[in-house]
Amino acid sequence: MSSSGVSIPEGKIARTSGEASQIAQQLGGTVAVKAQIHAGGRGKGGGVKIAKTPLEAEELSKQMLGSKLITPQTGSEGREVQCVLVEKGLNIAKEFYLGIVIDRSRQMSVLMASREGGMEIEEVAHQNPNLILKEHINPTTGLSSDQARKIATELGLEDEGISKAVVLIMSLYQSFQSTDASLVEINPLVMTKEGQLLALDAKMDFDDNALYRHPEIEKMRDLSEEEPLEIEASRHHLNYIKLDGNVGCMVNGAGLAMATMDIIKLAGGSPANFLDVGGGANVDQIKNALKILLSDENVTSVLINIFGGILRCDVLAEGVVQAAKDIGINLPVVVRLEGTNMEEGRAILKNSGLAFEVAADMADAARIVSSLG
Amino acid sequence: MAIWVGENTRVVVQGITGREGSFHAARCCEYGTQIVAGVTPGKGGIDQDGVPVYNTVNESVSREGANASLIFVPPPFAAEAIKEAVAADIELIVCITEGIPVRDMLEVMAFMEGRESRLIGPNCPGIISPGSCKLGIMPGHIHQAGGVGCISRSGTLTYEAVGQLTSRNIGQSTCIGIGGDPIIGTGFIDALKAFNEDPDTTAVVMIGEIGGSAEEEAAEYVKDQFNKPLVGFIAGQTAPPGRRMGHAGAIISQGQGTAVEKMNKMKECGIQVVESPADIGAAIEKVLT
Repeated sequence: MSSSGVSIPEGKIARTSGEASQIAQQLGGTVAVKAQIHAGGRGKGGGVKIAKTPLEAEELSKQMLGSKLITPQTGSEGREVQCVLVEKGLNIAKEFYLGIVIDRSRQMSVLMASREGGMEIEEVAHQNPNLILKEHINPTTGLSSDQARKIATELGLEDEGISKAVVLIMSLYQSFQSTDASLVEINPLVMTKEGQLLALDAKMDFDDNALYRHPEIEKMRDLSEEEPLEIEASRHHLNYIKLDGNVGCMVNGAGLAMATMDIIKLAGGSPANFLDVGGGANVDQIKNALKILLSDENVTSVLINIFGGILRCDVLAEGVVQAAKDIGINLPVVVRLEGTNMEEGRAILKNSGLAFEVAADMADAARIVSSLG
Repeated sequence: MAIWVGENTRVVVQGITGREGSFHAARCCEYGTQIVAGVTPGKGGIDQDGVPVYNTVNESVSREGANASLIFVPPPFAAEAIKEAVAADIELIVCITEGIPVRDMLEVMAFMEGRESRLIGPNCPGIISPGSCKLGIMPGHIHQAGGVGCISRSGTLTYEAVGQLTSRNIGQSTCIGIGGDPIIGTGFIDALKAFNEDPDTTAVVMIGEIGGSAEEEAAEYVKDQFNKPLVGFIAGQTAPPGRRMGHAGAIISQGQGTAVEKMNKMKECGIQVVESPADIGAAIEKVLT
């Protein structure tokens, strides 16, 4: 954001409490200590604290670093705090919310703003939707400064404040477009008593589909903030998301994969993961997929659900048998094959000498695998 | 006569000389679809499995009378390919490509404003009127001609539903994969309207998933204006919040777009919602008797 012209407070990252104290010293005066995790709602979770002295900054950061921060957006497991941002304190006069998101219904991006800065925007939307100002943005012509001025005026800013806000809003839009962001949020956007307008906290989500044209953003990927098995899966171009159940599943197609997780739950089981092998289920991909599933210690059984269209079930079955023989599987594996050459595929599994349970249909598969416990 | 694709559909395959394009063009031909041309810029003049290849979509329209397009162009160039087809006044454009940046699709949709073309997708398996025209990558042989319309954001989950119908000897009028992206050319409501007016369609299956509010908006339309039996299923009841579940559009964002919300809204609006994907076929069978 800074590179696009949005003002931000002075501050530096600290990875130890000692560093935090030093930075607080350099900045002078009151500082804010903010936990750095890949999730919002940090204020609510106790991840944003004010320190009046470098010693306080050291103590506060000591408490945060290495601990798990749980916020409304992290889920109950929370995220480990590996570093904190130590920032120069400000004399805050007013707080606002400012954001740009994609409106899927209107098929346009939309600038949103509210005088209720510092609060969760979903809460504001829920309690008082008319407090949220919106300007939809024409994809061809972009955001106009008139639109920005309208929003700034409706936020209750005056004169110089409006001019500053227009510059900031246009910069924010520029940032949104140039990075192919799917969301940019400044919450809170702060007007200080001295008349400065700056972003006190911000969040940006980037469109994964556009990363190919943003190597500079791709470089910012912080693997230490991600789940190791998911990192491994992405190396093999497998679409994998780890959950906390015990039935590992491997499916072709995202919708079918979600439906398979759903049916496992309905049958009384608990899915261990989402995994879409897509159309490219050759022996190597299946091996990689099975290895990753089995690396999850919580997995006690595996469900393979394949609807073969272009992908032939006999080819898939051969791949599964080969993979199982190569890596050795000691857990029950339930396979459901449907579609092209399904009879041939089922026969290959039954005659493999390996302990595959072949299910008749989706409901059957879920029932069997859930009863295995 | 089913909707949007049939015997009069004349198809140009954009990207026909690529691996995906050539493979699927051949499968569609085998099914009986009229593939009249292919387009790959720079390869005009050659023949791909008996199909003449041109440099531009315009040529495929003027020389071969193409009125529909099937796009297999990689993500960095797919949006341009769609715009080219729109500019050539192609009536129905099906874009299979997964991975087109959202910003590009917002521009495509703005470009299409006021034009005659219909876009299905991107990131979709396509559209099929069983027995007459297959414009996509779905396995033709699992389909059967008949009276049930299908609209789905998914690929293989749609085949699962179709398989359940065919095994009960319940045929399909037209099956449309609207795609898994957040910004798509044809939504549930567009397809529902067409099915509502199609004399051949007697009931509809609607398969949604987490993310966005399209199913909720469709439910409102159904309550007010849709006159045929409708069975719905929403995938992702067990999806965690904030994660993209394969499809770019399948994400529970800031608390919105959960499966439960969609299912409740659909039920409130008179849509029969099944909890299990295994029950789709049986539910349709029931409403048709």
